[in-house]
Formats: sequence, C-alpha cells, structure tokens
Amino acid sequence: MPAPPTTASPATRALGGLSLAGLALLLGYALWWSPPDIVQKDSVRIMYVHVPTAIIAFVACGITTLASAMWLRRRSEGWWVLGGAAAEVGLLFTGACLVTGSIWGRPTWGTYWDWDPRITSTTLLFILLVGYLALRRVDNESGIAAQRGMRAAIVGLLLMPNVMIVHYSVDWWRSLHQPATITRLDPTIDGEMLFTLMLGIVVFALLFAWLLVHRFRLGWLEERAHAGGLDAAIVERRAEADLAGRTV
Amino acid sequence: MGALAMTHVGYVAAGWAIPLAAIGLYAVRVVVRGRRLAEQVPPEERRWS
Amino acid sequence: MFRDAGLVAGKDLRIELRSHVTMQQVFPFAVLVLILFGIALDPDRGFLGRASAGLFWVTVLFCALLAIQRAFTIESADGGRDALRLSGLDPAGIFLGKAAAIAVQLLAIEAVLAVGVVVMYGTEVTGVPLLVATIAAATAGLAAAGTLYGVLAAGLRVRETLLPILLLPVLSPVLIGATEAFEAALGGAATDGWPWLGLLVVFALLYLAFGTLAFGTLLEES
Repeated sequence: MPAPPTTASPATRALGGLSLAGLALLLGYALWWSPPDIVQKDSVRIMYVHVPTAIIAFVACGITTLASAMWLRRRSEGWWVLGGAAAEVGLLFTGACLVTGSIWGRPTWGTYWDWDPRITSTTLLFILLVGYLALRRVDNESGIAAQRGMRAAIVGLLLMPNVMIVHYSVDWWRSLHQPATITRLDPTIDGEMLFTLMLGIVVFALLFAWLLVHRFRLGWLEERAHAGGLDAAIVERRAEADLAGRTV
Repeated sequence: MGALAMTHVGYVAAGWAIPLAAIGLYAVRVVVRGRRLAEQVPPEERRWS
Repeated sequence: MFRDAGLVAGKDLRIELRSHVTMQQVFPFAVLVLILFGIALDPDRGFLGRASAGLFWVTVLFCALLAIQRAFTIESADGGRDALRLSGLDPAGIFLGKAAAIAVQLLAIEAVLAVGVVVMYGTEVTGVPLLVATIAAATAGLAAAGTLYGVLAAGLRVRETLLPILLLPVLSPVLIGATEAFEAALGGAATDGWPWLGLLVVFALLYLAFGTLAFGTLLEES
C-alpha cells in the first residue's frame, strides 16, 4: 500500500520525534528542576522560551536573506520557496519572542512594554517580515515565476542588513536613555540555568528546523500546484482553440 | 515544593503555554495543508517520502 | 551616469515645477501634521518645544512617503516606466536622478517644517552646523532608501499601504540618528550629536551604493 501523500518523510519524523523528546526534557528543566533566579524569581523561566525564539528569529532572517541572494544568482524555485518558508516560520518565532518578552516584563519591570532595545528592535523585525511576506503575496498574483520574484528577492536580500542596522541603532539609542538595569541575559548565570538555556536553544532550533522543512515542502507543493494550474489552463485554452478554429 | 509554590506562576504558565500553543497550531496547519496539496500533486514532484 | 542622473532629476523637478503637487499638497500636509501634533499634545505644557526634534523628523518621514509615492506615480502614467527602460539611460543614473529629485523636494519640505517648528513650537535654534549636516545626511539616506523601496512598490495595486510598512522600519535608524543629533544640537550639547551624524552618513552611503548597483535589475521588473 503506497504511503499517504504528505509533506512528512523519515527524516522529518526523526526530527519531529527528537524535538518532542527534547521539549519534554526542556519543560522538566525549565519549569521544575532549574532553580529560580535570585532577583527575578520564577519569571526567569520565561527566558528559556524568550531567548531561544529571539535567536531563531535572527537565524530565520539570515536564511531568508541567503535564500534571496541565491535566488538572485540562480533563479531556481527552491531558493524562492525557502525564502518564504523561513520568513513565515520566522514570523511565528518573532511573535512568540515578543509575547514572551512582554509577559516576562510584567512581573520583572511591572510593565508589559519598557522600550528595552531588544524588544523594540524585535518589533521592527516583526514588521520587516510582515512587509516581506506581503510583498511576496502581491508578487504571487502576477504569475510568471522568474519575473515576479525580483521585488521580493531584493527586499529579502536587504532583510538581514536592515535587521542588523536597526538592531544596532536601537541598541545605541536606548543605551543612552536607560539607566543600567538588569540585563536580560546575565553572563554569570548559574550552571543549571545556563544548561536549561542552552537546552532551550537546541530544542527550539530543532522545532524550527522541523517546521521549516514542512513549510518548505508545503511551499514547493504550492508552486507545483500553481504551475500545474497554469499548465492545465494552457492545455484547456489550446483545446478550445483547436475546436473553435483551424488556425494555429 | 509544589508547582503552586512558584512565584508569578500565572505569568510563567502563560509565557510557556502561549508560544507552544501557537507553534503547535501552526504546525497542524502546515501539515494539514501539506497533506491536502500532496494529494493533488503527482508523486514525481514529491521527492522526499 | 551623472549626466543621466542630471537628466532624470531635471525631468522630475520640472514636472513638479509645472504641476506643483509637492508645493500645493505636501507642504500643507506637513504644516497640518505639525498642527495635529500641537492639538494632540497640549501646547501650553512645554512638551512641544522639548519634543520638537522628534516631531520634526516624524513629520519628515510621513511627507517622504508622499513624495516617494508621487515620484513613482508620475512614471506609471502614460507608460513612463517603459519609456525609461527603453531610453538607454544608465539605470544607476536613473536611480541617482530620481533620488536627487526626491531629496530636493524633501529639503524644501524640511525648510517649511523648520519654520513651522520654530514658529509653532517655540524651538530655539542652536548648534546650526550640526543641524545642517544632519539634514543633509538624513535627507540623502531618506531619498536613497526611499527611491529603492519606492521602485519596489511602484506599479503594485497595493503600493499605498505596502510602501509604508516596507519603508518605515528600514528608515527607523534615520529617525533615531536624526532625532538624537537634533536634540544634541538644540539642547546645546552639540558634541554628543556628531556620532549620530556618522550613523546617518553610513546609512546614506549604504543605500546610495546598493541602489546604484541594483536599480538596473529592478527596472526590468515591472
């Protein structure tokens, strides 16, 4: 009996299983075995989601920029699909980063938003991704594969440079206006907390990878279906022409 | 040392539940859409399974 | 390249001089925004004077969106884009020309806003060299990035709503740098402001360079 058509494969099943196992372990450490912070108490446990999602958000932008650059050189569909997949999954993780950062802020700072440089620049990153995805969708309406990608590819290429410039500017700006306070990532962190943080980064990276592969394959199928739709329309049109006239 | 002895337990719970729920829902959506589309596309185009 | 830039800039500015859109529509919009800020922020409590650097530059950003949209709308009328593509003009020159025309219009808008801010918000003008340098560098950056993203959004049906979300996050470093530099100058501590000018100059150079290199391929695409 043939396998049901799906975007899964032995590789993704392994990856998915590993991520879930890792997630279970992470939950144990994050919520139970690791100690509360001296200053932040248990709200530090939110950091074990917030920091990994922040890192993944940056990585996703990097992948989109790389994919856009490769598409501009090679114009192959795979790079086009990868750019969109990375941006969309990246958007999810960026949103998660913002929400967790805000939730963390409440017990720590007493406020849901404190113009911390990283949260501010991450919000701008969120909007940069939204803009890129919106531009890709507009391009998708106009059809022919090689042409429509150009605008989105340029925006995608500039995505990571923009993220870096914005991050640097906002950081510099806020460092002037904010008194020295608790930084979100204490370098002299306790051993078990550091381990949990590292574990969090690994687990969320695995989750990201799993989502990216599925989203990439989904995007690939969408391209095939779209192309198939075009081909079918062309075939139909030719059939009509043959029936209607002897010309052509 | 029960879970309820945790300070800010509501925030910690929300801080974990919301992102995991969002990731989970997104994952379901991608996989379901993937299945639907995979049925429409011939196997030669799906070179991964 | 520069000769072609001059041709394109001259064309755009002549269109403006004949149609007066910037002068008749964007200038009033600029003043209107200043008034709206005044209404929203209670003129009697001294916020406006202290916030004038930021309010000035936010208004400039909004006006820049209009100017950039306009710069590309004039191309899509009457198949101007195809004419540009076929004209044999150096694409880098077209980019620089369009950016220069936008910059000139922005400078005019900024002059109007400067008068408005001094008159309406009671801002005291100090640190003029820094102010002038900031205006030059920031306007160059706005025009360069704006021309690049403007052409990306041009010709799309949704450009009015898409250009702002594409461009404004990209311009946030300009807003930060220009506002900080202005605040340093207006607050009498001009020496603190010069590093921000550095940021503005780097931004402008990056986008001028990228736009010059990429415009050719972009113009094919529409």
